[in-house]
Amino acid sequence: MTTNGEVWVWAEQRNGRLLGVSLELLGKGAELAQKLGVQLAAVLLGEKVEPLANELIAHGASKVYLLEDPNLKLFQSSLYTRLLTDMAQRHRPEIFIMGATTVGMDLAPSVAGRLKTGLTAHCVDLTIEQINNKPLMVAAIPGWGGKIMVKIACPDKRPQMATVKQGMMEKPKADAARKGQIIREKIDVRPEDMKARTIEMVEEKPVGVPLEEAETVVSVGWGIGSEQNIKLARELAAALRAAVGGTRPVVDKGWLPEEAMIGQSGKLVSPKIFISLGASGAMAYAVGFLKSKVVLAVDKNPSAPIFEMCDVGIVADLNKLLPVLVEEFKKVTAA
Amino acid sequence: MNIVVCVKQVPDPEQFSKITLDPVRGTIRREGIPSVMNPLDKHAIEEALIIREKFGGRVTALSMGPTQAKETLQEALAMGCDDAVLLCDRSLGGADSLATAYPLADAIRHICQFDVVVCGNDTVDGATAQVGPQLAEFLEIPHVTHVTGIEFTSERSWIVKRAIERGYMKVALELPALITVLKEVNQPRLPSVIDIMSAASKPINEWACTNLSLAAPIIGLGGSPTKVVGSFEQDIRRGKDILKGPEAEVVGKAIKRLKELGAL
Repeated sequence: MTTNGEVWVWAEQRNGRLLGVSLELLGKGAELAQKLGVQLAAVLLGEKVEPLANELIAHGASKVYLLEDPNLKLFQSSLYTRLLTDMAQRHRPEIFIMGATTVGMDLAPSVAGRLKTGLTAHCVDLTIEQINNKPLMVAAIPGWGGKIMVKIACPDKRPQMATVKQGMMEKPKADAARKGQIIREKIDVRPEDMKARTIEMVEEKPVGVPLEEAETVVSVGWGIGSEQNIKLARELAAALRAAVGGTRPVVDKGWLPEEAMIGQSGKLVSPKIFISLGASGAMAYAVGFLKSKVVLAVDKNPSAPIFEMCDVGIVADLNKLLPVLVEEFKKVTAA
Repeated sequence: MNIVVCVKQVPDPEQFSKITLDPVRGTIRREGIPSVMNPLDKHAIEEALIIREKFGGRVTALSMGPTQAKETLQEALAMGCDDAVLLCDRSLGGADSLATAYPLADAIRHICQFDVVVCGNDTVDGATAQVGPQLAEFLEIPHVTHVTGIEFTSERSWIVKRAIERGYMKVALELPALITVLKEVNQPRLPSVIDIMSAASKPINEWACTNLSLAAPIIGLGGSPTKVVGSFEQDIRRGKDILKGPEAEVVGKAIKRLKELGAL
């Protein structure tokens, strides 16, 4: 398939504000576009969102494809999918990346599905590599068993697609002097586009410190063992004014809410101190806290990979250690 | 109403640390690791049963995987599903999300004139959350992901609540449609011993590719647009000062060390 070579970033906005992850992706997108010697374009959908186009240009987009319509005010799964699919078929971008938000995780697979192309979820990094004499986007995702990262590419289908979590890439510095082109795209809305019609969006004020912004994070893994111990972990977090998170199995068990999940398919955190309690250190979890300044890990298995990824580790039975840990940390914070 | 619920057998999350990766195929090695039903799929089944209780009809549980995945379908029958279909064919192995969604969509078309397809939002092993929306694309029906609640305003038109980061959206959805659910959507029922025993005698239909149409070659490792092109070891090592000993002593040492590192 021949392409126009462009690298596309879907610029997600809610209520007229661009999401941080979209700006982060412009940084990574610029890197990919430069390696390929092509243009970086942002694709912006919404109602009266033209002012955001300049923000996208300031953050690195050479082009902004702008789709404005009252029907695009809120995310519309079917309509957004068809418009982006039509555009991709018309302009033939080489690469199309999106933020792995709750909305991006709906839109990206739909677009990839309709275009019958490859999509890699929750990538930790994106690079360009020569594979069989073709420059391809290579996505890194955590593998199973220890420190292995797997490289995924989409050699034959276009565009090459990927989603990336907020906080994984660096947000580029804005330069208001940058120039770019704004291209208005035509929009038509068909009845079949509105069979799933978003009628309302409610954004709630966060309660407490969001995990992604917390200076201290207490995180629990399967080895925490009981809800009783989770209470103790919460007590520890309260003493440290920390946010509480955990691994996927703990969230699936129902011991923590979905939004508390740390890792590849959950939140990415970068606190001053990260305290991991009872997690063995699977790669899909580890990528969620790699950017922490200091990591304290507790687990009962001395050969758990978590002890390779920490600054301070304690090999112990959490049932015995946790009460002591809580008491001693309380003394430190009270002092 | 014809309802299809998609379920997947996955490695037991408790045993995740024992799973390794085949670096060549990019598939997971999970020999000797016990399997369970993907946790969110229980919520998908429960929602399918709730829909049946409201509007009548049949619930068919569908899975793709090795023969062993019959265990998971058996569990689906015990929870109350009417029928079960296992799509089992070696040529379907090693598929990415697109090559998983394609044969599943084909199977759903062969099962019935469906009104609703229900899936878990994601699985604990792959965690891509891509198969649901891609299944909807192949079935050419609208979908809603991250579903946390449904208002059954009428038989063919629902108001579906879906989660977003710190908030929610409400979506007016017309059937036929596909939804992928989060655990907030309901509390799955626990089958009784009698349910489990009577489910054991219910048949599970085993289908191979020959039972499907599969007009396009989007199946298995070969039909997957994404390929594993290599692997590398991420250097994630840190200072790792590992402490062992009596609780009070190691905690004291750890706090001292954290202070030295400027973390406390």
